[in-house]
Amino acid sequence: MKRITCESCGHVNPEGTVLCEACGKPIEKNQHIDGNKPGKLLNMRYEGSARRSQTYNKSVIDKIWNFFSSVKVGVTLIVITLIASAVGTIFPQEMYIPPNVDPAQHYADQYGILGKIYYQLGLHNLYSSWWYMILIALIGTSIIIASIDRYVPLHRALKMQKPKRHKAFLQKQRLFSETENISNQDVKHVKDRLKKQRYKIKEEDGHILAEKGRFSRWGPYVNHIGLIVFLIGALMRFIPFMYIDDYVWVREGETAVVPETDQQYYVENKEFIMETYDENDERYQEAIQKQGGAVPSNYQTDAVIYKASGEAVTGEDPELEKVKEGSIQVNKPLKFDGFALYQSSYQLDEFKSMTFKIHETDDEAEEALASFTVNLMDPEYEYELDNGFRVVIDQYFPEYFMDDGTPASQSKYPRNPAFVFFVYPPGEDTPEVSFAGIGRNVDASGENDYKVGLQNFEVRDVTGLTLKRDYTLPIIALGGLIFMIGVIQGMYWQHRRVWIHPSDSGVMLAAHTNKNWYGIKREIEKAIEGTELNMVEDQLEIKQ
Amino acid sequence: MGDLTQVSSALLYFAFILYLVATFVFAGTIRDKRTDKGNGKLGKVAITITIIGFLTQIGYFITRWIASQHAPVSNLFEFTTFFGMMLVFAFIIIYFIYRLNLLGLFTLPVALLIIAYASMFPREISPLIPSLKSHWLYIHVTTAATGEAILAVSFAAGLIYLIRQIDQTQRSKRTTWLEVVMYAVFSTLGFVIISSLFSAFHYSAEFQFPVEGEEITVEYQLPAITGPDDGELQTEGVMQPLFEAPGWMHGENAARKFNTLIWSVLTGAVLYLLARLILRKRIAAAIQPLLKRANPDLVDEISYRAVAIGFPVFTLGALIFAMIWAQQAWDRFWGWDPKEVWALITWFFYAAFLHLRLSRGWHGEKSAWLAVGGFAIIMFNLVAVNLIIAGLHSYA
Repeated sequence: MKRITCESCGHVNPEGTVLCEACGKPIEKNQHIDGNKPGKLLNMRYEGSARRSQTYNKSVIDKIWNFFSSVKVGVTLIVITLIASAVGTIFPQEMYIPPNVDPAQHYADQYGILGKIYYQLGLHNLYSSWWYMILIALIGTSIIIASIDRYVPLHRALKMQKPKRHKAFLQKQRLFSETENISNQDVKHVKDRLKKQRYKIKEEDGHILAEKGRFSRWGPYVNHIGLIVFLIGALMRFIPFMYIDDYVWVREGETAVVPETDQQYYVENKEFIMETYDENDERYQEAIQKQGGAVPSNYQTDAVIYKASGEAVTGEDPELEKVKEGSIQVNKPLKFDGFALYQSSYQLDEFKSMTFKIHETDDEAEEALASFTVNLMDPEYEYELDNGFRVVIDQYFPEYFMDDGTPASQSKYPRNPAFVFFVYPPGEDTPEVSFAGIGRNVDASGENDYKVGLQNFEVRDVTGLTLKRDYTLPIIALGGLIFMIGVIQGMYWQHRRVWIHPSDSGVMLAAHTNKNWYGIKREIEKAIEGTELNMVEDQLEIKQ
Repeated sequence: MGDLTQVSSALLYFAFILYLVATFVFAGTIRDKRTDKGNGKLGKVAITITIIGFLTQIGYFITRWIASQHAPVSNLFEFTTFFGMMLVFAFIIIYFIYRLNLLGLFTLPVALLIIAYASMFPREISPLIPSLKSHWLYIHVTTAATGEAILAVSFAAGLIYLIRQIDQTQRSKRTTWLEVVMYAVFSTLGFVIISSLFSAFHYSAEFQFPVEGEEITVEYQLPAITGPDDGELQTEGVMQPLFEAPGWMHGENAARKFNTLIWSVLTGAVLYLLARLILRKRIAAAIQPLLKRANPDLVDEISYRAVAIGFPVFTLGALIFAMIWAQQAWDRFWGWDPKEVWALITWFFYAAFLHLRLSRGWHGEKSAWLAVGGFAIIMFNLVAVNLIIAGLHSYA
């Protein structure tokens, strides 16, 4: 690698250096790199350090490196992602449209031709599309490469800097002044004042460098590391072990196996509770009335978590050991062994069992001759009744509806149960066919002697719990934390430097900050107060 | 308890008046020659009134909290009012860093407009649905609003810069865009004026229309320029809608909100044209001479500084705290809900802003335009996402 020796101070700089790392003297042949022009102020962004991206441009690797190092490319990627993200909110994403509908149909029906195009372009699943992922990956790459490209030489340059700076370096700082005939007393005074303002002072042959807040220069790199950690965490969700997302419905009084736990864990729903706000509560009365209905205040499952103990034997119920008992509420998941159960849905008053009676068709009092109870989750095939009646369940529709004139069931859950019964009167071999459900009992033939009617029923609530195990959360949280530290470090502190340079006739004073020029000017004002030193002039403002 | 609610409303009203008075005093500092660096008496009076106003509004916040038994940031009125309050807070902080009176003259009217806008929405105390019952409601919403408020100060500074610097001697793209910004301000004012006007007369028109197979009734508080799709006017003796809202606008209130938008835009246009007729020049051109003494470099720096201060706060509140809460309430920290996405878009935008500031040629005017654009996105998320795209957020 070629090296550049500074003509002024003799420091050996890496190839591509714009300003000597030690004394800041502009290295003539490299001024185009940072766009420095004669008679103009120096570009101080990366201390004129030798960045790889600005130095090499031959091989393919160089070209790729240079592409991703560019802030312009980075910003362009951000803007493209920004626009893409916005496009994804024009119509709802697929996850927000009602389930059980055909998306193609839904988008066309609801949003017309635009909806159809939206669907066909795949924009209904934009955020999980391959090209959106690629955009994020490109941003990630840009973050890594751009950071390395800058951090390494910047760190070197700040480590190498010397208090004794070249004249040209000082003169071309934004804040600069020159004062003739200054007493050493005054210089010492300024130095002490700067020290009091918590500047670190370094001296070399009467040249002074006062510096503070250098660590804020690392803020951007720290926050970029945070972002990368965050993205890695998000990426790890694709590893099945790291991220489990499942769902379980549990009926009141029942115990269900927790999915994804190898039959290790069971959850019992002791009770599901849904509470609403009191409509007569003075506080919220007005709002509840305006809303025109009850406002829920609590969804809660009182649950018990069990762990199977001993060897699991196929076909046998395992022995269960209580692990944890507690209430699962919205915002209060129940956690056990890395898993968490969230309250996420419910079904009130699902039918548990129905009791039917048999009476004579022309008996107006509908006096029960016999009755039987059907467990709706596990109905029997045949029921032997008192008085010699026998009932066979011919068909069972847990959630009954009429599908083009034929009875059918919408789901396997007993939300609106209905049956076709074969009723065998005592001593008969040919059954009468009866249809019975909630609020209906129909005589199929119209010639039945007996009728089946609903006598009683039991209901219970069902709770829907989301099961999550997410080992990526700590990584994602760590990423967020690192990002916040970095962004605060970079934004709430500034790297400020003041140089005092004794010259033949007096003293040069120059200063630089990476942001908040107003702040550094005030500090210098305070430092030189009462001395003969001239206040630095803002050479940028003078130009304008 | 009912009394406390009234006390709370009264405090908000007083705070509003105080901000208004402070705005006029800040306006007075323009003519005051001694106030160059905020040393003048008038400037001190103005900031004192602002602080008293802010404390009064804190009083509103606390009393309403006690009355409702939850932090008053749970519906659109409460959130937007809080946003206005934090805008004043952010201004006070920036004022004590830079002592620029002019900033008060631009920030306080924005805060006034925001609070007035907020009070056009239902103000009754509402109960919290289960998913909102979490400490993260206070933590997430207040931090997010504070971050947005600090970023909004950057908009005020950016606007000062643009009005001060853009050449008004001839018409250009830039003067036109600046007038668009001015017009947007007038439209907000239009919304407040027209809503107050009709609500003073208790205007009401009810529509019945089908939503997903069910007939529902919606009350308009403004005459219906546009009625709901397939809607039927139930009230007699009121204006018939001129046309029906497009069918793709969903939700029971979509058409009503669309109607309000049309009214705001129209009233804004009338106000704007009146102002143009009276001033006989562009609005920005009329304000420009008042800003002569402002130092554009300082204003540019304030605009940038506000973003530098606001960006971390915004990230923490609108993204990180939001994710923690979402993880707890909805078992996932990110769900691509429109409001979430727009918070991310805002974040992307300011991230781009901060990166562009590193490049040459992006200081000054371009940077000021970006500050205006960022505020537009924040407002879009507050207003339009609620208006057009319904999501999980309670203000939707």
